[in-house]
Amino acid sequence: MLAAIFVPFLYKSIKNIHTGWFVLAVPATLAIIYASYITRVADGKVFLEELPWIPSLDISVVSYLDGLSLLFSLMITGIGSLVVLYSIFYLDKHKEKLHNFYVYLLLFMTAMLGVVQSDHLITLYFFWELTSISSFLLIGYWYTRDASRFGALKSMMITVGGGLMMLGGFILLYLMGGTYSIRELIVMVPNLVEHPLFTWSLVLILLGAFTKSAQFPFYIWLPDAMEAPTPVSAYLHSATMVKAGIYLVARFTPIFAVSELWIWLVTGVGILTLFWGSFFAVKQTDLKGILAFSTVSQLGLIMSLLGASAVAFHDNGATDTIKFAAFAAIFHLINHATFKGSLFMIAGIVDHETGTRDIRKLGGLMSIMPISFTVAAIGSLSMAGLPPFNGFLSKEMFLTAMLALQNFEFFGFDTWGALFPIIAWIASIFTFIYSFYFVFRTFTGKYTPEKLPHKPHEAPIGMLISPMILAALVVTIFFIPNLVGDTFVKPAVQAIQPFLYDSPKDIDIHVAAWHGEITPELLMTFGIVIVGVLLFVALPKWQGIYQKFPRALTLNNAYDKIMLGLDVGLNRVSRLYMTGSMRHYLLYMFSSIAAIVIGSLFVKDAFTVSFQNTAPINPYEIILVVVLLIGTAITILAKSRLTAIIGLGAVGYTVALFFVIFNAPDLALTQLVIETISVALFLLAFYHLPKLGKREERMRFQLNRAIVSIAVGVMVTLVALSAHSQKLIPTISKYYEETVYSKAGGGNIVNVILVDYRGFDTLFEITVLAIAGMGILAMIKLRMNRKEKTHENK
Amino acid sequence: MESLILVLVGVLVAVGTYLILSKQLLRVILGTAVLSHAAHLLILTMGGLKKGNVPLLEESEGPYTDALPQALILTAIVISFAVTAFVLVLGYRAYKTNGSANFDELRGTPDE
Repeated sequence: MLAAIFVPFLYKSIKNIHTGWFVLAVPATLAIIYASYITRVADGKVFLEELPWIPSLDISVVSYLDGLSLLFSLMITGIGSLVVLYSIFYLDKHKEKLHNFYVYLLLFMTAMLGVVQSDHLITLYFFWELTSISSFLLIGYWYTRDASRFGALKSMMITVGGGLMMLGGFILLYLMGGTYSIRELIVMVPNLVEHPLFTWSLVLILLGAFTKSAQFPFYIWLPDAMEAPTPVSAYLHSATMVKAGIYLVARFTPIFAVSELWIWLVTGVGILTLFWGSFFAVKQTDLKGILAFSTVSQLGLIMSLLGASAVAFHDNGATDTIKFAAFAAIFHLINHATFKGSLFMIAGIVDHETGTRDIRKLGGLMSIMPISFTVAAIGSLSMAGLPPFNGFLSKEMFLTAMLALQNFEFFGFDTWGALFPIIAWIASIFTFIYSFYFVFRTFTGKYTPEKLPHKPHEAPIGMLISPMILAALVVTIFFIPNLVGDTFVKPAVQAIQPFLYDSPKDIDIHVAAWHGEITPELLMTFGIVIVGVLLFVALPKWQGIYQKFPRALTLNNAYDKIMLGLDVGLNRVSRLYMTGSMRHYLLYMFSSIAAIVIGSLFVKDAFTVSFQNTAPINPYEIILVVVLLIGTAITILAKSRLTAIIGLGAVGYTVALFFVIFNAPDLALTQLVIETISVALFLLAFYHLPKLGKREERMRFQLNRAIVSIAVGVMVTLVALSAHSQKLIPTISKYYEETVYSKAGGGNIVNVILVDYRGFDTLFEITVLAIAGMGILAMIKLRMNRKEKTHENK
Repeated sequence: MESLILVLVGVLVAVGTYLILSKQLLRVILGTAVLSHAAHLLILTMGGLKKGNVPLLEESEGPYTDALPQALILTAIVISFAVTAFVLVLGYRAYKTNGSANFDELRGTPDE
């Protein structure tokens, strides 16, 4: 992380050495540091360190290193080193903005290490979103291309959306368990299961995992993320970021595995993704597109195995084979990281050397690029699950676990369980087909140099180092699977299934390529090879079916439609009510005020009328009321504005007379004067009307206006009547009457209140007048200035 | 008496609202004026009517009518006058600048 800060300085200061060399030291050192933990973790130890962040909220950065975290950390740093090495040769020193690239990459690496080592839910989420952001930056690295920006935005929308769901799930977990620590939550599982929020948090956390790990139907961002530079694709979209969801599922398995929903969701979605991804991978014509769909399908495989491993929590010992599931998941995770990383790098090399990734233009590169071909063949055959490569071992275990699923007597597995091996088998056939398709369409067949932008030749040795190392691993793991199994996989399995094993040494699983007898899964593998070869040979005949799928039914189309629909729909909605007309807004405001107030009056049953402590009515007042009503009627019904203004004046003077009747002399005086000036002002404004506005038209009667205004009037009356009928507190004016002479030395109570008791109001009332006067002056003056200016301009 | 005045206030509020919802700028300003009259009457009425004499020590004997609402109304009258004057000049400027006093024609610019 700190290293990321120094990268730009190095880039700027040292021009002639590729910045990547300096960066390479960081993951390599980290990998060595993590490697030193291997033996201790394999003995079942865990390491815990805590760094308080916000102690008052119980938030801290807790680093927890057990088998699962260590495996992921090693994968991140190890493959990270190889990717940095590869990118040194892949990215041009002078053409590219290297400092950006390495800053993002290191940021991503930090975030990813944070995700796998966090024991604290909130910091886990923090690092989770940091991976989303840094991967967004990396996908959009060539930001001048439209496709890059589109892919980056798409991945951002989907993964951040899922991440927010996950945060919700985390918070629910905290509410249930009262602690943010995953370790402590695992211990508390029996208390959590009965909680009503349990299922919600399960679903929300799974949404986060599925979006990040590109499961069905959220896989759509991954193929579009292939616009990133190839090192990024190799690192993020094969080995690390897409495994974050896998990690999450594995980490939370001890908590949620007790639930039937979890098992069905994880296993079902995983197997569906496996089939879907492998089926559509054959359709692709772009090398990275094939690899993207293949990544999706392999992640589905791992996901389904993790789901199956949760079954072991229910049925410990009924069958031994289901224990294989967790082991197989972790084992395949390692294998997938090795061969998929190497394949991505090969795709990048092919792109680099020929200038295209279109499989229809490529062919016959075997003799030109022998090393790349060898690596690609190793990777692909491992992906297809053939011996002597590590994919074979994990495929065998996968089929074993899937077959074992049928043997369960609960959760409906005895009826539906048979589907799993069948779907898995069909998906494996497609996997086989696209693996062969990837290698043989690229490296064998007819060599057509006229289609290629560059004249191809073997890549520089530096670019080949990383894929060669990974391919070597692919073969090595096949021959010594148990070393890997004992050191890495078993501690991780122990972390996933802590209730089954006390220490990694108790796990009695022995990986072997040949068990000495013909097992059903071996027969299935033979079937896969036979059918796969037949279908691959016949590929040109049936590849046409992919064209038959209508574009309208694809998920990408659905995503685009949703995005566009949201955009257009929300615009339409806001256009609907944001008309730009002041009257409409006022209508909304008045009607909602009236509705809310009248509604609450009746809901609360607050409306009362009592005629107690009211004054008697005199004829004078009736006359005045009638006059006032006439005045308002004139104001509202007047044909000309002049009449309306005069009506308003009548209203004002009548109000002044009311003030007289109700013993308010000061008010009456003020009201008379003010009303006079107001009317004068109105007449002034009226006089200045432009000619075209002089059409003396009668106001058009509008029903909705009338309804709303009557409602508002009724509301005011009702509220005022209710308030007046329920006077609870006596007035405080007695104090003023008693002290107005003795303390303030005045006789006019109103005036003394205005300037002595409550002088502040008066001060600012004066300010209001002053500001209004200045505003009016400014408006008139400024207009004169503008007029002069326009004259000058003319 | 109070109930009658409160109903009257309701009518005034309804009229003021109706005017404010109209198209012509001048009528809108008239509506605000009517509305402020309604508010002043409302304050006065809620303080209680004819509870006593004019609140002047030299002029009359107690009990006096409540002086506090009157002080409040006096403040409110002056403020509403200032605002009305300001809005009137603003309306006058709007005529001058836009050449129209019709609210349906006075829309914002499209990018607002």
